[in-house]
This record gives sequence, structure tokens and C-alpha cells, in this order.
Amino acid sequence: MIKDMLKLFITNRKALLGVIILSIFIFIAVFAPLIAPYHPKQSSDQEGKFQLRAAPSSKHLLGTSHAGYDIFSRLIYGTRLSLMVGIVTGVITTFIALTLGLLGGYYGGVIDDIISFINNIFLVIPSLPLIIVIASYITIRGVWPIIFVLSFTGWAWGTRVIRSQVLTVREREFVKVAEVLGEKPLVIVFREILPNIISLVMATFFTSTIAAVIGEATLEFIGLGNISAVTWGTMLYWAQNNAALLYNAWWWFLPPGLFIGLLGTSFALMNFAIDEISNPKIRKR
Amino acid sequence: MSDKLLEVQNLIAGYQTKMGRVLAVNDVSFELKKGELIGIAGESGCGKSTLAYSIMNLLEDNGAIFSGEINFSGDNLVDFSAKEIKQFRWQKMSMVFQSAMNALNPVMKISEQLIDALKAHQKGISEKEARKRAEEMLELVDIQKDRLDAYPHQLSGGMKQRVMIAMAMILNPDLVIMDEPTTALDVVVQRNIIEKIEDLRSEFNFSIIFITHDLSLLVEISDKLAIMYAGKILEIGPAAKIYSNPLHPYTKGLMNSFPPLTGEIEEMSGIEGKPPDLLNPPAGCPFYPRCEKRMEICKTEMPEFKELENEHQVKCYLYQGSDNLE
Repeated sequence: MIKDMLKLFITNRKALLGVIILSIFIFIAVFAPLIAPYHPKQSSDQEGKFQLRAAPSSKHLLGTSHAGYDIFSRLIYGTRLSLMVGIVTGVITTFIALTLGLLGGYYGGVIDDIISFINNIFLVIPSLPLIIVIASYITIRGVWPIIFVLSFTGWAWGTRVIRSQVLTVREREFVKVAEVLGEKPLVIVFREILPNIISLVMATFFTSTIAAVIGEATLEFIGLGNISAVTWGTMLYWAQNNAALLYNAWWWFLPPGLFIGLLGTSFALMNFAIDEISNPKIRKR
Repeated sequence: MSDKLLEVQNLIAGYQTKMGRVLAVNDVSFELKKGELIGIAGESGCGKSTLAYSIMNLLEDNGAIFSGEINFSGDNLVDFSAKEIKQFRWQKMSMVFQSAMNALNPVMKISEQLIDALKAHQKGISEKEARKRAEEMLELVDIQKDRLDAYPHQLSGGMKQRVMIAMAMILNPDLVIMDEPTTALDVVVQRNIIEKIEDLRSEFNFSIIFITHDLSLLVEISDKLAIMYAGKILEIGPAAKIYSNPLHPYTKGLMNSFPPLTGEIEEMSGIEGKPPDLLNPPAGCPFYPRCEKRMEICKTEMPEFKELENEHQVKCYLYQGSDNLE
């Protein structure tokens, strides 16, 4: 199964490109200390203090910030937290959406009513203001509150979509057959239904991960994150705060934005392969 | 021990709706011997599937058995708890569903699905044994072993239906209920499947309840035939008898609605009108409004079964005359 999946991502060109981009990001995140020329919070070396707001040069590939930090190093180190927040939030959101979607969709009745009720509330509330409100009430500054806030507000769409799909799969004849066969409900849910919706689950994971990366950047950009953390979002925050746009310091605000965009692209590209994962019929042999 | 396997007695089952009870199966009784094939024929909505689902105890949420008995080799299935019935089902009696296309999970290999069926009831069975059994079953239905790891979409419609038959038989049940197993298939494939079913039945001696609206098919394969209409069995008896000598006007109508294979093709006729509303079943014979030979008494009263000869029974006042006059 896993081997098949890997093969799918590799044989599908679009997905392969997505996998390559993501692998590069993961590589950057893992080997950040080796790639980055300086520590992200280093503002001087043996030759003395770094120049403030320097333009790109051979010494500072993407120049320096207002505090004299090397922007390229911050971009590299920022990949770590941004990617981590994105993926962890994606996993949590998908897990919640999958659990609630499967429960509500398969069992129906009161369980479904309760889940759907809460789900509807979360769908109706505009999520960005909700994120901002919750984030501004949390006093702990760090990465985990952000993950919490993003997961808390991000599960609703996935739950709704997965639930609907479970509802249709549940009515399919093979589920009935499994019931008649005497399979236990959990076996039916995980063995009969889940494989049929796995592409949807993956899609949920990809979309919620990229939503989390953007959400994190948004929160940090407006100053609700931990501004001392090094992420793409805080880079944008500092760039904005120090009027990078005004003095045309594109090397400051463009790279983090570009990285966010690239990461999103990679997930979107991988999305092209996932239909084939769950559908043996359209798998190329 | 008698060779009686299944005995359904005065079964009343149906659906509870907001408008009232729909009695889809109304006072149905029949017997099935070991190794016998009973065909249940009737038009759409006459309750034949509800009857099958009642026996399997598989009625939807709003469906229920209101009264009657289903005796399966001595046990009354109506009294079984949900847990007991779960153990019982598939082990003792299984079912082949109408649409094999949808009855197999598209993302699972045939082998996994067959093995799952086995494992759901035989806890201790090893992977190897289960696989071997699955292979045997596939060979029984003429599918080569190497198709075991195929996905459903790689099989033809007929093969899928045969896989379903293999799945139904994997636990060696005494009774297999077949709910229109060949309806979705073309006639050639249909012929294959029917022959396969016949072979298996003579080899393993299990009983079959075969449900279809295809009367010509039923006449050919059944030992016993029951004609259902509006929730009631109107005529029941040996298939050959019913074919050669249909008694009930409804059976006659049905027999007239398909051409004979041999002999002169006479004018065919359908049956005028449509079945009664099962929400408000008529007091008398349900066929009364459409019957060509109706009598006054049919409007208000339903006749009991009258055995004519050799287990050929019919519910119709046309044949009760002699008793009534006395």
C-alpha cells in the first residue's frame, strides 16, 4: 500500500514536482544549521556588527534586517517552524475532521445531530476574526497556541466534506453486505468505508496544511503570534513593521511570501495524484 | 429429523411510515425442504424482497416483523436477539444481492473481501487457510485462482456475481437467499450463473430462495414456485404444475405475459390495472379489482389456501366452490 502510494506520487508528473518541492523544504528544515550561513539571531561576526538594512551582497545573500540579522538565514530557519506548524496543524485538523466525519456519517442519529450542530456553528462563524479573537485572548506566546487556534478553527470544512462522503458510501451495497456478513461497526468504518474516501482525507490534509501555513503567517503578520520566533510569518511582520515596501527591500518581504506560495503549490500538485490512490480503477499499471 | 429446513408461518412484516403501516408481507406461509429451490415471483412492489429481508432479519430501520414465525431447522428466528442473529447470518443462511456491481468494495481486492467474510465468523482461522478456502471457492464458481488478487473493476459483471455467490457459500450455509441475482446481467451470462447455481446446489445440497420477477426463468429452475401479489402468496406448488396448469387468475395472467419457448405463439396479454395500495389493503382478495373472474365474495373476503392436488395450493374462490356450496 505505502509502496504503491510512493509509486503513484512518482509516476504522476505534477505530483512528482510537488513531492520534489516539499522534499526540498523538508531538507531545508532538517539541515537548516548547515545551509544557513549564520544563526537567525546573530547580528555580528568576527568582523564586527552586521550592517543594518543591507542590500543583498555576497556576504548576506538576501541582505540584513533592521536589527542586522541575516535575512537568508532567517528564511532558512523559518522553514522549520512554518513547516512544522503547517503539518502538525494539518494532521490535527484532518484527524478531528476524519473522526467526527466518520462518526457522524456512519452512525447518524443523535451523534450526527450533535456533531453537525457544532459543525454548522463553526462553518457560520467567519474563521479569520475567530482566529484573531482567540489568539488575542491567549496570553502564552509560542507556537503551540497558534497550532491550537488554527486546529480549533480549521476542522469544520473537512468534517463537513468527509461526513457527506461517508453518508454516500455508507449507503453503498458493499457496506450493507459487510453488515450482513456480521462485521463489527469499527471494521466497517475503517476497512470498508475509509479506503473509499482516503483521497478525500488526503485532500483535506493538504488543504488544511496549506491553510495552516497561511493562517500562521497571517496571525504573525498582524502581530498575534510570537514575534520573537523565526518563521516566514514573523519575517513578513518585521518587514512590514520596518517599511520594507517603502524602501523597496524586496529581498526582505518577497522570499518568505514566495516560500509560502511554493509550499502551497507543492501540496496542490500532490493533490493531483491522490485520486489515483483510492481508486484502483484509474491507477496506471 | 425431518428434512424440513425452513418454515415460514403467517408472517406479517412491513414498514412503519408516517401514514401508517405498509404490510409488504401479509400472512405469508411456506415451507422449504433441505436442498430445495423455491422460486418467489411477483411484480415490483409485491413484497418479495421484503420477505427475503425478513427471513434474513435485515429490514431497514422502519421495517419490522409484526407477527408470525420463521422456523429455521427448529429455531424461531423472530425470537433471536440481534447478537444471535448476527452469528447465525451468513453462517447458516446467506444472501446474494441484486447488484453485484455494487456489492463488492471497489477499493479492496477480491481475496480480502472473501477472507473478511470468512474471518468475521471463524475467528481462529489463519491467513493461509482462509486464502486457501477463498481460492477453492473461486474455483467452484469457475474463476481462476490467479484472479484472487484482482480488484472488482477488473472482473466482468458475471464474474462479480459469481464472486458474490462464492462469498455467500464460503461458510457452507444451509440456505442461500438470492434476490434477483441475475437481473442486471444479459441473458447469456444469466444462463451461466443459473447453471452454476444448479451445479453447486446439487453438489452441496443447500436450499435456495430465489426471488425474481422473471417467471420464465423461475419455472425452469425451481422445484417449488410461489406467486406473490400485494404481500400475499396467491398460489404455491411444484413449479411444473404451476407452469402446466396455473390456477389463480393472476398466475394465468403472468403466464400469458411471456411467450412460450416452444409451440405456437399466441396472442400475449398483460394484466390490466395496477396493484393495490399496501397502506390500505383491500379487505378481500387484493387482486379483485384486476381480476377477470371476480365474484361478489372476493370483494369482502380473502379465501384460505385450498390444496388441489399434490401440494399445489391456491387462494381463490374459483376453486373453493365445491366446499362452500355444501
